[in-house]
Amino acid sequence: MTRSSIRAWFLIHKWTSLVCTVFLLMLCLTGLPLIFHDEIDVLTEGAPQVGLPGVASSSNAPGLLPLDTIMRKALATRPGEVPLFMAFDNESPLMTVTTGPRPDAPGAEMSLLVLDRSTGRLVSSPTEDGVMHFLLQLHTDMFLGLPGMLFLGFMGLLFTVAIVSGVVLYAPFMRKFAFGTLRTSRSKRLKWLDYHNLLGIVALAWTVVVGLTGVVNTLATPINKMWQSAELAGMTRAYAGREALPPSRYGSLDKAMASARKALPGNNPQFIGFPGGNFSSAHHYAVFFQGDTPLTERLLTPALIDAETGTFTDARPMPWYNQALALSQPLHFGDYGGLPLKILWAVLDLFTIVILGSGLYLWLGKRRTTVDALVREVETGGVVAPVA
Amino acid sequence: MKRPHQTLWQVFALPIAIAVLSTVGLIAALTGDGWRDVLSWVALGVPVLAVGWAMKARRS
Repeated sequence: MTRSSIRAWFLIHKWTSLVCTVFLLMLCLTGLPLIFHDEIDVLTEGAPQVGLPGVASSSNAPGLLPLDTIMRKALATRPGEVPLFMAFDNESPLMTVTTGPRPDAPGAEMSLLVLDRSTGRLVSSPTEDGVMHFLLQLHTDMFLGLPGMLFLGFMGLLFTVAIVSGVVLYAPFMRKFAFGTLRTSRSKRLKWLDYHNLLGIVALAWTVVVGLTGVVNTLATPINKMWQSAELAGMTRAYAGREALPPSRYGSLDKAMASARKALPGNNPQFIGFPGGNFSSAHHYAVFFQGDTPLTERLLTPALIDAETGTFTDARPMPWYNQALALSQPLHFGDYGGLPLKILWAVLDLFTIVILGSGLYLWLGKRRTTVDALVREVETGGVVAPVA
Repeated sequence: MKRPHQTLWQVFALPIAIAVLSTVGLIAALTGDGWRDVLSWVALGVPVLAVGWAMKARRS
């Protein structure tokens, strides 16, 4: 590689890293406890007692209460509100009902209720003021809504450019050294330079995947809007121009679920979107079915059921952009391969923190040096240290 | 651990192998449970073990 191209890549690496480092450090630090979100919840709240342990609320198993009964119990605790979502579980009879003041209520006005489908008991009503929720909000959008999400997505793109340019610089730097070389006894700068390189290169695939899937996740809102205006509108064309169905005329959920199961046999529902919300039309229950492997579990197929009559309207797999979003979620959160995978996720997250921290240290240490001196450092693998 | 100039391939052979393994690990657990989960733990354990090995064997 010529000195001028090393110089160009060095400058790209320096500036993309500098702009995103503080935000990436925040994402890595808030992300660390979020990896163990479920475990922390169980530790702090205890595992809830259920009537039929191990029976999935998403199933048709005997002993599970009708959905209409669950909904009636949920709405009785939230008088005057309307149903927005009903979501199921594959491991326990627990399920959630989301309510709000209006069918199109925004996220901030929604309330969540957790119920046991085997007993009808209200288990909890999680609030949004816990530490974990604070961390999630900070991690997702820094409390700034969509602009915050898109901003963090842009930081993720810069992070990707920083990774790519770092890999390019790895080549001239390592030319004379064996893989894994760590010169820890010469100078502090050389030690951190070698750690920065080693951790960066071994965690490469993980940082690229978690970074890019994070970027895709920040596009969730526009992706869903696109699905609603393109796909959903096409599926419910016969209902175009009709007035929205008022909640007082919503029909039986069990009847709707039966029609949906008939249309998509062999699958279990993940959640139902109610009329007027972001996941359905103004007239339909949208029953989102999932497959039975960790992969197809994420690839949802909605069955649209007329919410008044309970008759089937249409079912189509989600388009590729929704599938990409759905697959980005597990790859970003690391919550799909059991506890050992979560632990590896945490270690790789710690690696990333060290990469970011050492990068910052390397920059702060020689800020006043010329770019040429730093390029010489890359070229010689740190043998020629920049002076001043 | 100085050695004569390595070719680009020599510099990147191990990093590429680690990256390919990590990618296999990331995808394996997504496609099913059981042995696929175990494969993902082993494959994603490799980058972590590589750092441990370097700290023990390649420190100077």
